[in-house]
Amino acid sequence: MRKILILIQKEFKQVLRDKMIVAIIFAVPILQMLILPWAIDLDVRHVSISIVDLDKSTYSRDLISLFSASESFNLYSYYDSYKDAIQDLQMNKVDVILTIPANFERNLIRDNGNQLSATANAINGVKAMLGTYYLNMIIKDFNQQIVLEWYPQIESSLSNSIDVRSSVWFNQEGDYKNFMVPAILVLLLTVVAGFLTALNIVKEKEIGTIEQINVTPIKKWQFIIGKMVPFWAISNIVFIVGLLIMVYLYGIPILGNVGLLLLYANVYILSILGLGLIISALAHTQQQAMFVNYFFVMILLLMSGLFTSIDSMPSWAQTISYSLPITYFIEASRAIIIKGAKFSEISNLLLILGIFVVIMNGLAILTYRKRS
Amino acid sequence: MKHKELIVDGVNITDKYAIYAENLTKKFGDFTAVNNISFNVEKGEIFGFLGANGAGKTTAMRILSGLIKPTSGTAYVAGYDVYKEQEKIKNNIGYMSQKFSLYEDLTVVENIKFYGTIYGVKPKENKERTFTLLETLNLQNEANKLVGSLPLGWKQKLAFSVAIFHIPKIVFLDEPTSGVDPITRRQFWDLIYDASNKGITVFVTTHYMDEAEYCNRISLMVDGKIAAMGSPAELKNKYKANDVNEVFYHLAHSAKRIE
Repeated sequence: MRKILILIQKEFKQVLRDKMIVAIIFAVPILQMLILPWAIDLDVRHVSISIVDLDKSTYSRDLISLFSASESFNLYSYYDSYKDAIQDLQMNKVDVILTIPANFERNLIRDNGNQLSATANAINGVKAMLGTYYLNMIIKDFNQQIVLEWYPQIESSLSNSIDVRSSVWFNQEGDYKNFMVPAILVLLLTVVAGFLTALNIVKEKEIGTIEQINVTPIKKWQFIIGKMVPFWAISNIVFIVGLLIMVYLYGIPILGNVGLLLLYANVYILSILGLGLIISALAHTQQQAMFVNYFFVMILLLMSGLFTSIDSMPSWAQTISYSLPITYFIEASRAIIIKGAKFSEISNLLLILGIFVVIMNGLAILTYRKRS
Repeated sequence: MKHKELIVDGVNITDKYAIYAENLTKKFGDFTAVNNISFNVEKGEIFGFLGANGAGKTTAMRILSGLIKPTSGTAYVAGYDVYKEQEKIKNNIGYMSQKFSLYEDLTVVENIKFYGTIYGVKPKENKERTFTLLETLNLQNEANKLVGSLPLGWKQKLAFSVAIFHIPKIVFLDEPTSGVDPITRRQFWDLIYDASNKGITVFVTTHYMDEAEYCNRISLMVDGKIAAMGSPAELKNKYKANDVNEVFYHLAHSAKRIE
């Protein structure tokens, strides 16, 4: 016991003395929590639009005012000719051009209809797609306004038509931050728990101190526990600091039980510590460990449902997603934080995470045995 | 369980010697790093293990210190079998590797305390020995400095003192003085003599032939085999050489494994 304690003590001293590591452990997560949620904005707002008004009538001005009032659009420029507008689009300054043809108002009144032209810059495909979609919505609104204006008597028939209203649950404002912040927190936890542990052990290999440890009576499991405990503790600190930022800075309350969240986090940390151990057993240099870490970060980032919905992935990719522990922890933490899920509702996730703990650490023990 | 033939005249020779090795072999694939070597090291002896780079010294030392298992042959260290009793061996030896092995980001005292505790030295004893150690090495003022900030010679002396801090039966030193200035080397050997006087068996590899003269007995490894063994005087006599250096040249000349 005294041996394990001195190992843990040594590890803490070394970690806290390495200013770079302290920065990585504490400052980087905090900075990431402060910056990333603002940058990773999946909502498309402020689609830049250029409007070419060849009509300059009351109706065309009404339509334009709808766009300038919309939060979705940012009226970037206003021209008399399409030629000028297309230049803006080519310079990537606008995403969509709306052209209101000459005699728009006259044709609308006379013919009961007219055509508008929309040109979208599809370099950013998402923006182009959503931009034209929003544009259609606004034009539809405009259309309805006119219809009501001219034929007030059909209001009743209009309101009889099917009216689809969506309501968003659990995240009423539809704020992407409520979705992203917990996920980023999970990512940070992964980096700290898994990869710092791996790097730390490989560092001892590289400088040769592990050779010295190997000739002492310390057993492998004692050494591993001596490494795991400090990083397990540090991971908890990082997670709690992250939660505080989430609650007090982003105002995202934890609707579920905080203790339950910490329970899930700790089971997850154990599985990721196992991953770190596997990496450390396989890598000989910190450089190798870094690249393996990088590989895993990319996979965990892109395949865990952190940014994209797993349901929309091809089925082989879904298989990969569902074989990553991070997927389940993200699901659990979102459920607890945003939905206020109770243990009984997500107990299967804990079971799955528990299985990962056994698999990861089992593999870690096997790789360590093989390597010695 | 010890081999029957290891008991000679009613004396168990594995207990008699600090290190007993017979036909010890280690192969890595096709490469035979240690080829059928046999030797004994007496208790309390300073045994020099010489050889050119790549001769197999480090591999032999790693087998004897319980880091790797031999391919074949017999070896007992401090009376324990290198195949089955590696943990017991580890409890009874000290080891100073070729690479510097203390933690540079821990202080002198922290390193001593760490290794002392790992070898099961009790806290009170640990404190007392630390005090004596610092006094011997004249490191009182550096006690709380990071080891990384010390000059190499001091580090090596400290590493040696830490390796024998738990008073092992045998200490293995793998090229402990490489890169150290002559004065510090001399001081280092004073420390080795002190340890030897306390009854610790010293097993040391070195490249410096003048250091070989300080050993009670030396063995010379060439291409994984022991080419010669005996006291420095015996060897000089046998090969009609003026110093160990000439003996070394004479024998290592035939080496095929040259880096």
